[in-house]
Amino acid sequence: MKVLVTVKESADIADDFAVDDDGIDETYVEYDLNEWDDYAVETGVQLAEAGIADEVVGVTIGPERADETIRKALAKGVDRAVRVWDDALAGQDLLDVSTKAHLLAAVAEDEDADLVLSGVQASDDSFGATGVALAERLGYEWAAVVSDLDVNADAGEARVNRELEGGLQERLTVDLPAVFTIQTGINEPRYASLRGIRQAQSKEIAPKTPTDIGVET
Amino acid sequence: MSDGDVLAVTEHRQGELRDVSLELASAGRALADATGGDLHVAVVSGDVDAYADELSVDGVDAVHTVAAGDEFNHDVYVAAVEALVNDLAPTQLLLPNSVDGMDYAPAVAESLDRPVVTDAVEVDVTDDGLAVHREMYGSKVETVISIADGPFAVTVRPGEFEPASGTSDPEVVAHDLNLDLDALGSTVEGYEAVDTGDVDITEADFLISIGRGIEEEENLELIEDLADATGGTISASRPIVDNGWLEKGRQVGQSGKTVTPTVYLAIGISGAVQHVAGMKNADMIIAINTDPNAPIFDISDYGIVGDLFEVVPALTEQFD
Ligand SMILES: Cc1cc2nc3c(=O)[nH]c(=O)nc-3n(C[C@H](O)[C@H](O)[C@H](O)COP(=O)(O)OP(=O)(O)OC[C@H]3O[C@@H](n4cnc5c(N)ncnc54)[C@H](O)[C@@H]3O)c2cc1C
Repeated sequence: MKVLVTVKESADIADDFAVDDDGIDETYVEYDLNEWDDYAVETGVQLAEAGIADEVVGVTIGPERADETIRKALAKGVDRAVRVWDDALAGQDLLDVSTKAHLLAAVAEDEDADLVLSGVQASDDSFGATGVALAERLGYEWAAVVSDLDVNADAGEARVNRELEGGLQERLTVDLPAVFTIQTGINEPRYASLRGIRQAQSKEIAPKTPTDIGVET
Repeated sequence: MSDGDVLAVTEHRQGELRDVSLELASAGRALADATGGDLHVAVVSGDVDAYADELSVDGVDAVHTVAAGDEFNHDVYVAAVEALVNDLAPTQLLLPNSVDGMDYAPAVAESLDRPVVTDAVEVDVTDDGLAVHREMYGSKVETVISIADGPFAVTVRPGEFEPASGTSDPEVVAHDLNLDLDALGSTVEGYEAVDTGDVDITEADFLISIGRGIEEEENLELIEDLADATGGTISASRPIVDNGWLEKGRQVGQSGKTVTPTVYLAIGISGAVQHVAGMKNADMIIAINTDPNAPIFDISDYGIVGDLFEVVPALTEQFD
């Protein structure tokens, strides 16, 4: 099966940041792979290592700068990546949930993904909505805040634990194809090896515009 | 239905209405007042009639019940809320930003083609539409998102709005859902409690809580020394438990334990909302953090802006 992992560069602000009318001054901002996506990447790579996933593809929405972030996912074992951008998107500080869901859905359809893994939320904007909106857009099943995942590709289903409030877990069975939003602690994300970092340099990051994938923004 | 109506969707689990439900009712009432509409409240699945009684509180104009299954299932909730919205055409749709809310609200908004803003801590009606206040960067920055007039969906943060109270006599309307419950794409099999080990941090008087600021597992020794010297009990924020450095039973917060010790000492913890949910009712909160803007200081009685690697050993020395 083919697994698509959504990854996002997430902004971290310095302790002594300053805010002006346009928001936070860029000099105080650093970008890194979103904490939750790191666990989603690890989930995907482990599915490949277990022989369940044939290919793990990363997808991000972001400017060229985001290549640096997606390379981190490639260095950890993601096979190749797609980056969607066009300057019209840059005008929007916060992309709305629906736009993100439509762009990611177009890529998922293009790739014919059987399973999409995303993070529960982005650590910067904490919206926590993209994965589930994406599932709805795709017509896939889903589960949010997944703390345990067991994929049975032959049966076309997955057994999933969702982490609820107060130390309670919900056990459920979900039909595939599906989107799962992955919670921290589900696994131990690996550090990229030197070899992985070297290999990532030659892995493909395909830049696409919304028009390329048939989305009007 | 008139313009400006609000539909607030409540939630329950294992036979109990969850607190956020009455908070949604009060947030919904305030919005309906500001826009001159009615407040409709919905309850889906479970013993809906009993829940409808509990939801007959001040300010609720109508309670809509959808009996379908016992517990939360997102496929049922999506179908039920869609049907109710199509029926009632509320301008505003309010949903909880709980874990279950996160599992269906974005899908409902997408399928109804309504813009969604999540995790609101305040919602104001202005001349230009709606101003939704929410937090970013782990609660370091508050932003306001404006939604122009028109239908939308907002999810509200649990614990931020006063729960509605009192009693009222709303109209209760039962709705049938045209959905085959045996043919859903997801099936909830049951619940289990996470194994939390032997310690019970909820019984402790003095909690010494450690966060990601500790950097390395080896450095936990510093905290153990402080606990030995003071007789305090060690607890932690989530990343420490996710890393496997401490057992799950020591995690404070939304998905861990809720604690109310006499003193809660937060060391190298930023004060993200999911952490604060589990400790904000401690009698006294003291924080040690290098970042003067860390949100933990907003709820602390005493704060030390400083490096834990200096402050903690100095503190231990005082008690030795
Ligand atoms: C659905 C969901 C459920 C969650 N449940 C929980 C939960 O139950 N409990 C929980 O805790 N979190 C929970 N979280 C995670 C939460 O959002 C935060 O990510 C987490 O609380 C951050 O932990 P932290 O404060 O230790 O780390 P960080 O936010 O990284 O903060 C570390 C802090 O240490 C400070 N620091 C760094 N170095 C030093 C030093 N040398 N001296 C002093 N200070 C220093 C920094 O300034 C910073 O403020 C949940 C998240 C989600 C999405």
